[in-house]
Amino acid sequence: MSDPMRIRAVVKGEKVEVKILIAHAMETGQRKDAEGTVVPARYITKISASCNGREVLAADWGPSVSKNPYLSFRFKGGAKGDKLKITWADTAGDSRSDEVSIA
Amino acid sequence: MFPGRRRLLIQLGRTGLAALTLASGLVPRLARAVEARPAFTAAGITDALKALGIANPAQSEAIHFRAPDIAENGAAVPVEVESALPGTREILLLVEKNPHVMSASFSFPDGTDAYVATRVKVAESSLIHAVIRTDAGAFYNAKLVKVTLGGCGG
Repeated sequence: MSDPMRIRAVVKGEKVEVKILIAHAMETGQRKDAEGTVVPARYITKISASCNGREVLAADWGPSVSKNPYLSFRFKGGAKGDKLKITWADTAGDSRSDEVSIA
Repeated sequence: MFPGRRRLLIQLGRTGLAALTLASGLVPRLARAVEARPAFTAAGITDALKALGIANPAQSEAIHFRAPDIAENGAAVPVEVESALPGTREILLLVEKNPHVMSASFSFPDGTDAYVATRVKVAESSLIHAVIRTDAGAFYNAKLVKVTLGGCGG
């Protein structure tokens, strides 16, 4: 259904730097379309990241996170080749997971 | 019995059930349940913090908060928060003038930097608060962002 996330995870010194772009409309429920009809709310509420199965970040989002969300964070204990998995879930019950190898 | 009459009776039964469901208010209640987390439905900073169990956080310059002074497009205002406070567990982003102030919360397990960068919608010129939950209580820092084009219309 939804497009894959764009995830970049690179070892920098003793840390892994992660940058994520998610394809999601993040509809607030306050916007009206061209016909003046209110576009129903639909946004990501939960997002988490795990490295080789260990959780490295968890977040709760509301509708005021921007459309096509961008997120960056850093963690220790990851090495080149480790698997980084990102998962999100939205208010419509849709969810998506994508995995990359740390470079 | 005529088959037509039977269909009619079944149809009447279904309509009755649907009317009952509507009358009981079940449908509107379900439609409203998009947001169940109290902090995300709070209208003001104080209410949002109360819902999170935070009272009177102290301002701290150990919270580095980067956001533009003036944002041309309120739909995507870049914010970057880094906490130098020991034992930082959580970073919360709240936009004071938004219809619902609570924007996001990020929690950091051991080994993850107390740092996050993202983009938020800002409806009108507003203070953006970064509230930090640490092992030793809550702290905050804030920055005024002027918006020339509001972010909640799209």
